[in-house]
Amino acid sequence: METILEVKNLHVSFDTYGGEVLAVRGVSFDLKKGETLAIVGESGSGKSVTTRAIAKLIPSPPGRIKEGEILFEGKDLAQLSEREMQSIRGKDISTIFQDPMTSLNPTMKIGKQVMEGLLKHNKVNKKEARKRTLELLELVGLPDAENRIDQYPHQFSGGQRQRIVIAIALACGPKILIADEPTTALDVTIQAQILELMKDIQQKVDSSIIFITHDLGVVANVADRVAVMYAGKIVEIGTADEIFYNPKHPYTWGLLGSMPTLDSEEEALIAIPGSPPDMLNPPVGDAFAPRNEYAMEIDFVEQPPMFKVTDTHYAATWLLHEHAPKVEPPQAVQSRMKDNLHANVPEEKKKRGERS
Amino acid sequence: MSREKLLEVQDLKQHFRTGKHSVVKAVDGITFDIYKGETFGLVGESGCGKSTTGRSIIRLYNATDGDVKFRGVSVHGKKSKDDLRIFNQKMQMIFQDPYASLNPRMTVMDIVAEGLDINNLAKTPKERQARVHELLETVGLSKEHANRYPHEFSGGQRQRIGIARALAVDPEFIIADEPISALDVSIQAQVVNLLKDLQDKHGYTYLFIAHDLSMVKYISDRIGVMYFGKMVEIAESDELYKNPLHPYTKSLLSAIPLPDPDYERTRRRVEYDPERDNDKSEEPVFREVKEGHWVLCTSKEFEQYKEDLVE
Repeated sequence: METILEVKNLHVSFDTYGGEVLAVRGVSFDLKKGETLAIVGESGSGKSVTTRAIAKLIPSPPGRIKEGEILFEGKDLAQLSEREMQSIRGKDISTIFQDPMTSLNPTMKIGKQVMEGLLKHNKVNKKEARKRTLELLELVGLPDAENRIDQYPHQFSGGQRQRIVIAIALACGPKILIADEPTTALDVTIQAQILELMKDIQQKVDSSIIFITHDLGVVANVADRVAVMYAGKIVEIGTADEIFYNPKHPYTWGLLGSMPTLDSEEEALIAIPGSPPDMLNPPVGDAFAPRNEYAMEIDFVEQPPMFKVTDTHYAATWLLHEHAPKVEPPQAVQSRMKDNLHANVPEEKKKRGERS
Repeated sequence: MSREKLLEVQDLKQHFRTGKHSVVKAVDGITFDIYKGETFGLVGESGCGKSTTGRSIIRLYNATDGDVKFRGVSVHGKKSKDDLRIFNQKMQMIFQDPYASLNPRMTVMDIVAEGLDINNLAKTPKERQARVHELLETVGLSKEHANRYPHEFSGGQRQRIGIARALAVDPEFIIADEPISALDVSIQAQVVNLLKDLQDKHGYTYLFIAHDLSMVKYISDRIGVMYFGKMVEIAESDELYKNPLHPYTKSLLSAIPLPDPDYERTRRRVEYDPERDNDKSEEPVFREVKEGHWVLCTSKEFEQYKEDLVE
């Protein structure tokens, strides 16, 4: 598949009174045409900063892209001026923000907000823009678009507002859609509708999606590939099946183990002990080592490189080194792995899956 | 387990006047019991009245109609100052947003000790300090944290402070209103494990309000599902997941994404439309379909649900 975006060794820092916060410390990945890449991680892991750097939405100062390249259609976005970036942002790369309550302008009719991008990038006149806006609002499933186009954001519910935000993001037919926790603020039923909508639209317009979330259920639902971030680095990346059924990094084990499945019986959740590291002074060696029960001496000394598991699956943990001891993931994670999983799919789960 | 009723909610109604002629019926006649030592989960979409229910139970709102009985005594209605104080001591609440529920101008020591001061539970300053330190350690913080202010803590730590504050007065019943929604996944597990440990040790009874159904199933003994101010189904948590009867419960369950790509590829969401999915021939009543499994249904649906039951 064709690669549409390539991020190489990206470093993003913020200068604060306390010193330099190393939010992103060497992130590399690529994005293929038409795929959905999910980035998961705790707050503060640098997942939002990474994608904001791609859209060049890092406020500077205090933030800056210290090092690295963001290659999109032969151009290095990291080097572009704000003016050049404005012709790409909203047109080729657009963002759906987390909170639909605050990402719309409360004093502007929603139709006008959707139209903005069209008028700026597509050189169309107002009449045409309005027509296209109506189509967009229908595409995202806003009922009675004809009348509601002239209403203000407060007249819509949370799910409807998120649909409007998606319509804005889609207005110019972006090649890359960055969705920063688009469903976190919504109810499960509304979340399901929005996810279905995004998948549906992706098929229609064939754009690539970078999907940020910390909900692994949502990841399993939307992602083709998954990148797990911790302390400003990607610690594991692979296809969705590889990450869920054959995770290699202890942090991924921790994330999977800390989510109850509907079938999990009384076993205690594996909470990852401690809290994320302070990125003012990132720890030496593997940043996850202090919270990692499988940490070895070398983890406190040297950062692990990305070890290859398969052509698509890489993980940064010394456990994959040839001299490392064989370590089995915790029971709760093993029971989710593919081989064991299908042996005992509980009846009610099958039933629910089939009921349609 | 002895099935001693700790809390009885009887036909509770909570209506809010939003204008001259408009009334929002946030909670519209719900009835349920909570037994001593259990965790009762309350789920539903935002706006279904689950938080309002919690708040009416602890008397943050005065109920419009109906009654809440705690250990056989009505919560609402006139109370002397002393009675109210004792009631407030026995029932505590953990709030959703750990950023908004702690006073930013008070130290952790004062936040946690506020209940001790009001109820005169600490006789000397030294005892007060010792008790706060003990509480902080109980919830997994250290005593050095006592002199700091809330802004110096992460979300997970703040929620622990909120829990310590609720535990300070040695309550029996704790209402946790979406205590983990604002936290990261790995931290959610820490807080849930903490709540479970505390329950094992001290025998607390919880009302756990949330919309994250997988967590609710994990922590709760019984679950109530609410829809538009009404309770539509109550059952033991395993039973509810095995045998969801009300179409709304089915739709809610089918909407949860699970961390399992294979399952996600085949999952089909069921939509709920009250007009289509419910029998409209008569007013639905809360009926017991199977021991401990209650559903809001009409008599026709009642027969249907009994057939639907899977052993």
